[in-house]
Amino acid sequence: MSLLGIDRLSLKIHGTPILKDVSFAVDPGRILGVIGESGSGKSMTAFSVLQLLPNGAECTGNISLAGKDILTCSETELCSIRGREVGMVFQEPMTALNPLQTIGAQVAETILVHENVSKAEAMTRAAKALQRAELPQEKFPLSRYPHELSGGQRQRVVIAMAIALRPKLLIADEPTTALDVTTQAQILDLLKRLVAEDDMGLMLISHDLAVVADLADDLVIMQQGEVVENGPARSLFGAMQHPYSRALLEASSHVPDRLGEAHKTSLLQVRNVVRDYQQHVHGWWGATTHFRAVNDVSFDIRRGESLGLVGESGCGKSTLTRAILGLEEVQGGEILFDGQPVFTHHHANKDVRRRMQVVFQDPYGSFNPRWRVEKLVSEPFHLLQTPLHGHERENAVVEALESVGLGAEDRHKYIHEFSGGQRQRIAIARALIIKPDLIILDEAVSALDVSVRAQVLDLLADLGDRFNLTYLFISHDLSVVRSITDRVLVMKAGEIVEGGPTDAVFDHPNHDYTKQLVAAAPVLPVGAA
Amino acid sequence: MSLLFYNRSFLPGIILTTVFAAAALISLVWVPYDTTILNIAEKLKPPNLAHPLGTDQFGRDILSMIMVGARTSIAVALVAVGIGMIAGVPLGLAAAARKGGLLDEVIMRMNDLVFAFPSLLIAVMITAVFGASALNAIIAIGIFNIPVFARLTRGAALTLWNREYILAARVAGKGQARISVEHILPNVANLLIVQGTIQFSLGILAEAGLSYVGLGAQPPTASWGRMLADSQTMISFAPHLALFPGLAILLTVLGLNLLGDGLRDLLDPKLRRART
Repeated sequence: MSLLGIDRLSLKIHGTPILKDVSFAVDPGRILGVIGESGSGKSMTAFSVLQLLPNGAECTGNISLAGKDILTCSETELCSIRGREVGMVFQEPMTALNPLQTIGAQVAETILVHENVSKAEAMTRAAKALQRAELPQEKFPLSRYPHELSGGQRQRVVIAMAIALRPKLLIADEPTTALDVTTQAQILDLLKRLVAEDDMGLMLISHDLAVVADLADDLVIMQQGEVVENGPARSLFGAMQHPYSRALLEASSHVPDRLGEAHKTSLLQVRNVVRDYQQHVHGWWGATTHFRAVNDVSFDIRRGESLGLVGESGCGKSTLTRAILGLEEVQGGEILFDGQPVFTHHHANKDVRRRMQVVFQDPYGSFNPRWRVEKLVSEPFHLLQTPLHGHERENAVVEALESVGLGAEDRHKYIHEFSGGQRQRIAIARALIIKPDLIILDEAVSALDVSVRAQVLDLLADLGDRFNLTYLFISHDLSVVRSITDRVLVMKAGEIVEGGPTDAVFDHPNHDYTKQLVAAAPVLPVGAA
Repeated sequence: MSLLFYNRSFLPGIILTTVFAAAALISLVWVPYDTTILNIAEKLKPPNLAHPLGTDQFGRDILSMIMVGARTSIAVALVAVGIGMIAGVPLGLAAAARKGGLLDEVIMRMNDLVFAFPSLLIAVMITAVFGASALNAIIAIGIFNIPVFARLTRGAALTLWNREYILAARVAGKGQARISVEHILPNVANLLIVQGTIQFSLGILAEAGLSYVGLGAQPPTASWGRMLADSQTMISFAPHLALFPGLAILLTVLGLNLLGDGLRDLLDPKLRRART
């Protein structure tokens, strides 16, 4: 008898079908990986188990948890199940905790809601739960507030809340998507250990096949609200049946074709760059301290090559990007583009700037929602001394859109009418329109689903060959960097710790930090694809 | 056009606002009775066929008074909001662009200074120096609108400055002033319009309040606030004297608030699609 049995679950929200005949089971002590792209219904399945569905939702079918039929439970019964029998871990640790409460109070709350115990008793147990989530009391007392913790530590607090009452089932919805690779590996290990210790069932939801592959005993692959493939992970990876799951697997390990003709001459030279941030301590007249975000960094980008820059959040990648783009002045060293300084007399050098463009991570935040695509894409024309007008301008917009695989008609639409992948194409069109030499891709594919990511990577490779572009590819995702870059630099705490040809660095890392990164990166089982 | 009618707030809002704006405009060319002529024989008549809303203690037609009064109220509120927006929005945009800098501090501390004085006190001061008139009421109310708009604009603009499309615009070589006008302003406009309608209704209330204490429009200029003030001693035997100007204020303010709500939705490209 399974712990959680879902049988022919269908879900409609205001009449729109969301899930169709979803069936799977979770056994105690086993980890079930639920995989799918955004919109595949994987989160909705999880919310159905807890009956935390939006208004207008209608479930049919059967969900049984330890013999209890969830769909016939009253709200009071459901409240006693949530948190006690089923724990949940969310994706975003930054917003999953109340910033005004101590971590002790938040973990104790779960206990106080379900059990009639004194506050002191609840606090002792909260301490124990935090201990189990590897937040020892000596270093992380109950009186800490969420803002005093890092993302990974907060996620441990969320996990402590979920396991405080030793639930039978734990649901983790993309628990590591917002975290760095090394932290991700630690959190996944923690979850695995907790499952074994408590004989808990774990439903691990993720869009990343590699993350789940390391951990899961069983797999469910979902597409558009339906389960397309289901079975033990080990055998499934060897023999995927459904075309969708095969496509998913292929996309995850996709390597775009590139001619990769790198020249010997340098396009961009970064020489001993130092970037300090001033931090005010006491009001206007107080002493200021400096935070060194980039420390003595030097490297070259050769014409036509694709250079990767990897590192965790806060390592100074984005600061370096801004310095290269001439948005912020550096405190030491110099940045030369084709021999010309990026910054001259405290102002960005316009001659240089019109030869560089950038594509950002967030396909939703990088466009003005009140502008039409035509205006958005043509914004970099502002850099030109003689901006194009009328017909020429329109032709250039159409050409840029068509080169990224969009239609000429799309130029009259607003940005909200496009999907994430299409938006990223528009961002690339915006970067292409002034025909730059260098494009900086700042986590440009990190927010995309795997299959869309593969398409965008293909597009980038193709455009690179067609327009002889040079890419600086900034990412925390090693597999993506590996698939598209010629050389890679590893950055940690503002310094470049290792650099060289991509394959050489990743196959034979020298620096400890690179070794950690490579070891932590989730990989698909050998022979899977 | 039909999508305008899908919006639940916009339609009643625009109808109410149009009615009072029309009343004000019509009063420029025609009113049922001249409000400057007294007719004591007809005084304090309850609503009847000749005078649909009755007459006041001097025998003036209340409907005509309200129409003429609308002119004063709307003009005062409109100009006051105009002053607030024209001065406040650029100040807020500038402060946000120079966040943490000297300009930001200067602008925002000046705002605090204006906020620190009760508006009525300043209005009393202005009338004490320059004399009571509708113009001085406009200036007093307008000055107090400036920090409201400056703060709102700065607050909203600050969050926008962190967006990636601002970074993209900077990569395109645009300066702070240009980004403020091209990217920030259109994206705070919906907030400004909603706040504008709220300030507009507050302006009507403020004008009514100032006129009520005798600091606003002076006789013979008709004003809703002064009609209320004049009627208070007679409220027990002629309640219609207070009722109709009071209703006029209530409905105008309600209409403007609904209009603001509706406009906010209609100006958002995302919601615009959702409603069609």
